[in-house]
Amino acid sequence: MTYIAKPKFHHPGLKKNELGYTHRDYEGKISTLCAGCGHDSITASIIEACYELSIEPHRVAKISGIGCSSKTPDYFLGNSHGFNSVHGRMPSVLTGANLANRDLIYLGVSGDGDSASIGFGQFAHSIRRGVNMTYIVENNGVYGLTKGQFSATADRGSKSKKGVTNTDNAIDLVAIALQLGATFVARSFSGDKTQLVPLIAAAIRHKGASFIDVISPCIAFNNHAGSTKSFDYVREHNDAVNRLDVLVGRDPIAVDYAPGTVQVVEQHDGSKIALRKIDADYDPHDRLGAQTFLAKHAAKGQIVTGLLYVDPDAEDLHAHLNTVETPLNTLEADTLCPGSAVLDKINASLR
Amino acid sequence: MPDKKPISSVNDFVVRFANVNGSGSASANEMFARAILRHGVPVSPRNIFPSNIQGLPTWYEVRVTEAGHLGARGGIDMMVAMNPQTWDKDVAGIEPGGYLFYDSTKPMPSTKFRDDITVIGVPLTAITNSTYTDPRQRQLFKNIIYLGALSALLEMDPKVIEQLIGEQYRGKEKLLSSNVHALHLGRDWALQNLKCPIGLRVKKSDKVGDRIFIEGNSAAALGAVYGGATVCAWYPITPSSSVAEAFTAHCKKYRHDPETGKAKYAIVQGEDELASIGIVIGASWNGARAFTATSGPGISLMTEFIGLSYFAEIPAVIMNIQRAGPSTGMPTRTQQCDIIACAYASHGDTKHVLLFPEDPAEAFEFAAAAFDLAERLQTTIFLMLDLDIGMNHRLCRPLKWDDSRQYDRGKVMTAEMLEEGRDFGRYLDVDGDGIPYRTYPGTHPTKGSYFTRGTSRDRYARYSEEGSVYADNMQRLVRKFETAQDLVPRPLQANAERPTKYGVIYFGSTSPAMDEAIGLLEARGHQLDRLRIRAFPFHSSVASFLAEHDFVYVVEQNRDSQLRQLIVNENGIDPVRLVPIVHYDGTPITARFIAKAIGDHQDHLKVTPLRKAVS
Repeated sequence: MTYIAKPKFHHPGLKKNELGYTHRDYEGKISTLCAGCGHDSITASIIEACYELSIEPHRVAKISGIGCSSKTPDYFLGNSHGFNSVHGRMPSVLTGANLANRDLIYLGVSGDGDSASIGFGQFAHSIRRGVNMTYIVENNGVYGLTKGQFSATADRGSKSKKGVTNTDNAIDLVAIALQLGATFVARSFSGDKTQLVPLIAAAIRHKGASFIDVISPCIAFNNHAGSTKSFDYVREHNDAVNRLDVLVGRDPIAVDYAPGTVQVVEQHDGSKIALRKIDADYDPHDRLGAQTFLAKHAAKGQIVTGLLYVDPDAEDLHAHLNTVETPLNTLEADTLCPGSAVLDKINASLR
Repeated sequence: MPDKKPISSVNDFVVRFANVNGSGSASANEMFARAILRHGVPVSPRNIFPSNIQGLPTWYEVRVTEAGHLGARGGIDMMVAMNPQTWDKDVAGIEPGGYLFYDSTKPMPSTKFRDDITVIGVPLTAITNSTYTDPRQRQLFKNIIYLGALSALLEMDPKVIEQLIGEQYRGKEKLLSSNVHALHLGRDWALQNLKCPIGLRVKKSDKVGDRIFIEGNSAAALGAVYGGATVCAWYPITPSSSVAEAFTAHCKKYRHDPETGKAKYAIVQGEDELASIGIVIGASWNGARAFTATSGPGISLMTEFIGLSYFAEIPAVIMNIQRAGPSTGMPTRTQQCDIIACAYASHGDTKHVLLFPEDPAEAFEFAAAAFDLAERLQTTIFLMLDLDIGMNHRLCRPLKWDDSRQYDRGKVMTAEMLEEGRDFGRYLDVDGDGIPYRTYPGTHPTKGSYFTRGTSRDRYARYSEEGSVYADNMQRLVRKFETAQDLVPRPLQANAERPTKYGVIYFGSTSPAMDEAIGLLEARGHQLDRLRIRAFPFHSSVASFLAEHDFVYVVEQNRDSQLRQLIVNENGIDPVRLVPIVHYDGTPITARFIAKAIGDHQDHLKVTPLRKAVS
């Protein structure tokens, strides 16, 4: 949130996507987060992903809770409607918005304080309901806005800036999302845009509950020795299971990697995720395998990143509720109201 | 013979059934009420039940009232005492000259009876045991057997009850015939062994007219269907759960696309009340009509979101079916105790619109209107029912709908309006009524988008912590609330036959008891003008009514006279002129209670001061 809007002028030669939009059309206001904040890198990745997908910016609804991460929707897709709701309650607001109009793209942005503590319940229930959304947690393991308290994702034994050691166990949101039935689960690192951009793009294309946990170091309160969410620590302990590209239907599908190292996953809308395998035995279709893989690596102190699980045939909440294709917010009295003749019959049945 | 003359009354008495929760008595007792209704005689039934599934005491009271008084009367003319645990209390509650109906299979000591009532024993257990072998059948048919015996004692037409049984078990011939058999088992035993009829009788009449018999919660849910609600998010809580359950049932019947079979609605049972109101706010923000139903504890949990709805100006409809608080209070007992909590819900300076329906018919009308109001005012609208209306069947006028009615979607700026070059500022007061325009997400590629937030912002929705900007916004919200005064249902005034300087204000489920109490007060020589408040903010006629009367009684069902507090607070009136009449034991307020409380106060006012008398 800022007083300062970004100037709209830009170089006329800026590259345009299929809709004729430039990167600038996907930007928002100037960030007021600390210089070097990992969240700003995630913002840049969201902008890049939306640009690459040629999404109409105004067809995205960006919804957040409260906190540093929840401020970021103001910094991308300036022509979209945004909603900075209340602490931890983004998922319910997003669920309602999605029920009202199934035709928009829903981007939920949250933080570890927002989603792993006060909003842990709402996080869990929106995932298990299969709300068609891209749910991004910008995870820095700390409460930045209130100056440095541990969040529920801070690892046991990690240290705060003040030198306090965390004695509580950490909540691994990725493990929880897998357990809850999320149909697209990934983890990434704000400092790894190459991995993060296609992950966000694939998540947006996925029809169902997509969850991405992005380790995003807090430059002010959690980027020191002893922190397990610092830039250095994550770089040293990152174990990527795959790299991916997203190929939307309108482009010719060309996978030019060596046979045996690429797996193509076709999603509901025809878009394809090309997975360049790094861990040769990693299967992103195996939920149970992903859970075991995560647990084993966590025990070794490794942070597994990449696309961990995807169900390309997932159904969303609207499918579960069997709702009409027409957005509910466009229905009027002529289709919603049973009318006076029906009411007369109801009256007659109540005597 | 009892030492008090037995009560003799046709079509004007109260029967109370004392049962054990889970014994299957509810349908038999309700059938008793409906049977009297089918005789053309108005009834006013009330469930009095515990916060429990099985084992605890439950009562069902049927007021038979040819005069059409639909409030609780107080006092019991006939007790059907089927619960040994509450025997002493039940017997003690019978009016002198009244009747006690009981299962006489096992002999009872004479000390368990009273001399001033008529005792009617029917060996229900013996009859059922000799007829049925299955324990559950014995239990269930015992209820129908006592219904049969009562039909003989009260001179009811058995064909009417047979018809009701036929409707209830349509298509289930075996159940139908066995229930009819049980009915006649009890009826025949009574006719052969008892003096029938007793002093209380049901005589066919024509006082019901075209009125319908419906629970308030069901009517409110139907109002939501007619009012165009497409999203319902809720969390189970007594006494509101049946709103969402009824909405689900109505939608299944009336809201499926005939060609595809797909639903034109979405219902989500939230994980809690916070999620439920969050879903409502998200859906409303995105242009759908959405609501939740809850009770006092749910309101407490929702208050943060309610504040967001007020400040960020997002429509929401909350149906609050009030019960006795605070905390868990008495979950299955009625009160009107959330007035202040809802009027000023959330932190900071907030004010919310409250609607007070008096019966199911108004619950239907106000529920439908709530969605228009929510979108017109872009704020939370509370439909304030209570358990007494919500969970009891009430006779009320038929529900009505005007087919030409269109939904008022409020001030929504469309893509076309934006293209025309209309200035869009999300919080701009362009019409001077305090209500700004909004846009739905996805409206236009380059115009009309804005950021919704609970933090302060300027007229163009730009974040701002400038004091003057904040104050400007808060003042506009006050203007909007003033606009609401003329949009909400107005109070209804009824004047006494003779001019009087005394008035009475009441609302919601107090209404039928108040109507009856006026007659009782007139009989005591007291004249009062009446004002039934139907909404907050208060229309200007409330202030006028207060100005026109020296003393105004405010009758309500809570301890602290919350509506009175709200009137004093909002109208700046001297509290001394507003006399609280409060009833808050969890039972519905009665005409007798109101008439006595106001009557005694009026009598006191008429006492001539001693100094004046001797001077």
